Amino acid sequence: MTSPALAVSPSASARKPARFRSLVTKYRVPLSILALCLLPWLLPSKALAVNVLIYGTVAVGYNLLFGYTGLLSFGHAAFVGTGAYITGIAIGQFGVPWYLAVLMGVIGGALLAFVMGALSTRTRGIYFSMVTLALAQLVYYVALQTPSWTGGENGLRGFTVNKINLFGFEINFLDPVNKYYVLMVFAALALWLVSRILNSPFGAAIEAIRENERRARTCGYNVERTKLLSFTLSGTICALGGTMSALHLAFVPLDSLHYLSSGMIVMMTLLGGASSFFGPFIGALVFLVMEDVFSLWTSHWQIIVGSIFVLFVLFLPKGIWGTFLTKVMR
Amino acid sequence: MDTELILMQLFSGVALGAILVITALGLSIIFGMLGVVNFAHGALFMVGAYAGLWVASLTGSFWWGLLVAPIMIGVFGMAIEYVLIRPLYGRSIDDPLLLTFGLSYVLVEGVRIVFGSDGIPFPTPSSLTGVVDLGVGFFPIYRIFVVGVVFLVVVLLWLGLEKTKFGLIVRAGARDPTMMKVLGVDISKVWLLVFGLGVGLASLGGVLSGPMRSVNPEMGALVLAEAFVVTVIGGLGSLVGSIIAGLLVGVVISMTALFAPEMATIVMFALMAIVLLIRPQGLFGKLA
Amino acid sequence: MTKDIRDTKRNHISRRHVLAALGTGASVVAMPWIARAADDTIRIGFPTPLTGPFAAEAKDQVKSAELAVKQFNDKGGVNGRKIELLVRDDKLNGGEAATRTLELIEKDKVHAIVGSLSSAVQLAVNEVTRARGVLYVSISQSDTINEVKDFSKYTFHEALNPTMTAGAVARHAFKKGTKVAHLVADYAYGHEMLRGFKRAQAVIGAETVGEIMHPFGAADYSTFMPRLRSMRPDILCISNFGRDQANSIKQAVDFGLKQQAKIVVPVLLHNQRLAVSPEVFEGVVGGSNYYWGLESQLPSAKAFNDAYRAANGGAIPTDYGAYGYTGVSSLLQAMQVAGGTDTDKVIAALEGLKYDVAKGPQYYRKCDHQSVQSVLVLESKKKADMKGDSDLFSIVANEPASENVLRSCTELGFPA
Repeated sequence: MTSPALAVSPSASARKPARFRSLVTKYRVPLSILALCLLPWLLPSKALAVNVLIYGTVAVGYNLLFGYTGLLSFGHAAFVGTGAYITGIAIGQFGVPWYLAVLMGVIGGALLAFVMGALSTRTRGIYFSMVTLALAQLVYYVALQTPSWTGGENGLRGFTVNKINLFGFEINFLDPVNKYYVLMVFAALALWLVSRILNSPFGAAIEAIRENERRARTCGYNVERTKLLSFTLSGTICALGGTMSALHLAFVPLDSLHYLSSGMIVMMTLLGGASSFFGPFIGALVFLVMEDVFSLWTSHWQIIVGSIFVLFVLFLPKGIWGTFLTKVMR
Repeated sequence: MDTELILMQLFSGVALGAILVITALGLSIIFGMLGVVNFAHGALFMVGAYAGLWVASLTGSFWWGLLVAPIMIGVFGMAIEYVLIRPLYGRSIDDPLLLTFGLSYVLVEGVRIVFGSDGIPFPTPSSLTGVVDLGVGFFPIYRIFVVGVVFLVVVLLWLGLEKTKFGLIVRAGARDPTMMKVLGVDISKVWLLVFGLGVGLASLGGVLSGPMRSVNPEMGALVLAEAFVVTVIGGLGSLVGSIIAGLLVGVVISMTALFAPEMATIVMFALMAIVLLIRPQGLFGKLA
Repeated sequence: MTKDIRDTKRNHISRRHVLAALGTGASVVAMPWIARAADDTIRIGFPTPLTGPFAAEAKDQVKSAELAVKQFNDKGGVNGRKIELLVRDDKLNGGEAATRTLELIEKDKVHAIVGSLSSAVQLAVNEVTRARGVLYVSISQSDTINEVKDFSKYTFHEALNPTMTAGAVARHAFKKGTKVAHLVADYAYGHEMLRGFKRAQAVIGAETVGEIMHPFGAADYSTFMPRLRSMRPDILCISNFGRDQANSIKQAVDFGLKQQAKIVVPVLLHNQRLAVSPEVFEGVVGGSNYYWGLESQLPSAKAFNDAYRAANGGAIPTDYGAYGYTGVSSLLQAMQVAGGTDTDKVIAALEGLKYDVAKGPQYYRKCDHQSVQSVLVLESKKKADMKGDSDLFSIVANEPASENVLRSCTELGFPA
């Protein structure tokens, strides 16, 4: 599957690749919005396209921490799941309007990310990964043990949003195209936000920490605060992805909190390329399309996905988009 | 609550801890010497159980399975190190972790293709079936046997690392690989063997678990989580830490099972979170 | 600022290029995915967990469902319309199942969904079909789906539910004064099974000597065994499913509990029994929706087995697999009665349907759309008594279909 962003005519840019790169960087938000507008018409199904939106958002948010700050978290499913659960509970049990429920989901995810970040950024390296994993598993078990709120293992349900009211217009939210474009607004917002963050002095700070923590500290950066802020922002965007998935599926599976879901986010990010802005989104796209296509073809699709992932770590550590930028565009 | 039950529970905890110790040891050895977090450890544990079963069915004897499968899978582990892990040395510490994560998918699905997705019966060897009266209650003979095997392995490992030349090289290599190279030691050969040893321990754990649990392609996923928890509590890379933390986690799970059984799984993660917040490097770990 | 202005022109052109390229790309790539033209084939979506721990059961479900479709097609379809089964992998995950169901409805334009193998997955599918008014025949166990909160008039629950299975097993295995110890998986399905057992226990007068909730998906049960032994039960009742069941029975046997008590489970699974040795399961009693051995008592079972054997190289149908057959058959029969796929007419037809395709007479209760049907109580055979690889169980009771064993409509929250 060619992603729209890759389809940019190479003849115009072959002569001046550097210009192309800078153009892509400069217009990354409008470019990605354009690509997103076309996405549902390029993929096998609208439901899949919405999933790409959701996981693309999640992966881009995750990459703020992984790719740009250099912290490998194995617990981001907790934020995705929490965003989804809070949105679902707010709509289903308290009758909150959907947009407020989204806001509540994002805020709830942000708070959890702040707490988990405060606890986990005290540790370093592999311990950081392990602490995030353990704390996320705790969230999983809390959701499992509180079925009156979360539906437990049966999953959360009973909050289908049939139609939404937008500036006086009533929109049928069950229609897949409407649903896609409404949720796309959130994804675009997230992309814009991450882009702004990366272009800000804060963006420079987190990259400085990734490159050399000690030097960053000597340069006067408050490393702890910066890490915590990056963790929280990253978790917040993942929570937004979660609220989108709650609206999309009208169901929150308990598995969305499991560490294997965190692992999937990591795989998507790496597949696309953690060193670039677009990479994670493209990773999510390729991963989901691969899964969709292969699972129709063989029930052993996991061996293909796993092998591809191994090969990427070995030979293309920059991922699809990162390799494209450095090799093809050079 | 009567004392007999609490004593029985304590014993169950130690027996459970023994299995945790053997899987955690493999993980810890590999991390301690190579700095590699092996996410395929659970999958290799599972592959070990299948290999044990396969050898046992070929030879008609559990004992051959117990002996041969860990060596077989250990050699397989060396191949993994040689082909897949070696190119990653010198790169980010995350890379081997991510690679082995992908590898675990391949291994699980591979076993599903070869042996089916349902699981296979792994009968307890007839000489070890039945229960024995411990004075406070009855306990399966096989589980006592497992405790014995783990104890033996730990002693052998300790002797091997503390009393042999190879052990000396391994310990020195873990501390300062560059110095070892300068001294003319082929450190890559040491790493190969250490990775094989760690994987062999994982598969030994798998074979030992076979008769206690059902053998199926997903059996490794739970074990991986448990092994991580134990090594992290004990301190990554610390062998003593793995042993003590393994027994501790076993006993804590067992006691929780007595008083709040539904919390028996979550308690492990809670314990890990608490230990890490108080002592981020684990009970016996050194600060990075 | 000036730089921007200078760049605008060239950028403008290249952006147009981009758009053109994208447009062409879009139309080329989009071609294969264009929704299929409206033909008159009846399409049935079938989400089932082809990957994961219940893959074997899922494959049996698919084979059974395909058999039902083939039989109807061979007879000329439903009112001359051919039937097509669209199988999708739900990976035993509710989110995945919801996505696949959305695809089946939105892209493949299916007329109905049949399938699922777990409580969570069927509730996810139910949520999607309910909102969109699509027929759904659910074929895995759940009490929750019967309750008014999750009820959908478009959903029919063809599978047994925990109240039925646990009740049947209890009525067979418990006597007045029997001392029962419960080991229960701590999640909805386990709780539902426990409730089913205790309902029956109360009527029979059996006594509960203890209850232990174990974490869902645990691998080691040894730490619960000393306490279970100390309860000195006549019956150890283990309410969990699949791998949890295999592990807990195996370890209960290791700890010698079988010498002390009889082991009883709500559901015995053919494939899970194969995954554990006959010695471990010997004498274990549990419920089931279907067992091939029923053929010696029942012509419809014989006909189903024979057709299945013919289509699958002599293999026999299994319990959860058979749901694929009964579920799809009941739906197609109703479509036949309704004269097509009009949703309201098919619902009316399903509500009035009496069918017997494999296991004796069945019908859907009006209030909750639960299929009222017989429940088998099986006992796992000793290895020496097995006459072949598939001869795993003996049928010790066959409780006939009756609404009396269900929770009443008012109990479920439906208006009286």
